Amino acid sequence: MKFNHNKNIQRFLGLMIGIAFGFLLHKGGVTKFDIIVSQLRLKDFTVLQIILSSIIVAMLGISYLYPHKIISLKAKRGSLQNAVIGGLIFGVGFALLGLCPGTIAGSVGNGSLDSLFAGLTGIIIGSFLFAVFYKKLRILGILKEDKYSGKSLFDKIEGNPFKYTLPAALILTALLIVIEILLV
Amino acid sequence: MDISNGPHWSPYLVGILIGFLNILALLFSNRAIGASSSYAKISGIIVQKINKDYIEKNEFFKKNPPEIDWGVMLIFGIIIGSFISAIISGDFALIWVPNLWTYLISPAIMPRMLTALAGGIIIGIGSRWAGGCTSGHGISGTAQLSPISIAASISFFIGAISTAAIFYGL
Repeated sequence: MKFNHNKNIQRFLGLMIGIAFGFLLHKGGVTKFDIIVSQLRLKDFTVLQIILSSIIVAMLGISYLYPHKIISLKAKRGSLQNAVIGGLIFGVGFALLGLCPGTIAGSVGNGSLDSLFAGLTGIIIGSFLFAVFYKKLRILGILKEDKYSGKSLFDKIEGNPFKYTLPAALILTALLIVIEILLV
Repeated sequence: MDISNGPHWSPYLVGILIGFLNILALLFSNRAIGASSSYAKISGIIVQKINKDYIEKNEFFKKNPPEIDWGVMLIFGIIIGSFISAIISGDFALIWVPNLWTYLISPAIMPRMLTALAGGIIIGIGSRWAGGCTSGHGISGTAQLSPISIAASISFFIGAISTAAIFYGL
């Protein structure tokens, strides 16, 4: 679509989607430390329920829209090694803060002052520290790109992607049902 | 959406709507929802005011120019959207220490602030290292069937569940 290239319209769309996202995050209860840490302690499964149901819907939507060339994909660059090392580092901070980069913005809107003055400040400082050491980490080969960089399995599928994503959606749904029966 | 059930909706309904929102973002703005990269941009915008030269020469910021774009506006939007929902459901409350933190650790403000600051710094480093966060990798990237995003999402929870077990106890 043409208006994609207009910066102000893009900013406006980002704001609108953010407002809807923040509204939903609050409605889901995940703008609260208590709900997220309870998930990480495996006492509550709200976070997993939200993430898995959103993956099912988005994956099925993409399965229709992508082959029809209505949307393009935005798979992230990097490597499995970056994803695992960075992911484990992220996890440590995720548990200590009790919120992640999206939900912490929501928790600020919900009134959490620890999120506003400490957590949010920390994420900004941490992101800057990464930028400072970025060049060195690349030179040392710790950060790299591998054959999965920017790749999506949707491009590997011959024919209709639903033959894989529909069974995947059913497995995820079954997982949600098992969680609901056994753990909630 | 039972109002007597407090401010919250069914997590399935919320998840389904977030799934649709991801599709809308791809459809209308050609962007996948993700929060963490914007904090790096915000850090660049702040440091730019003090030392413009450093930001211009930094490799990371050359690739990720610090500007108020779609993603930075998304963060402001999340704050506003959550605020609107909290106000209309009577759930807005200014708090320094979360209830569960008080129960598990202590009601004092300082330990919570220092831990949140440390946790935030670690998240900032980890999310840029992994190239995304719970929304960018966990939802958007996984739904796009990106192997990197699936690996990152599993790693987020392995790291977080183990840390929570050690730090908060079982």
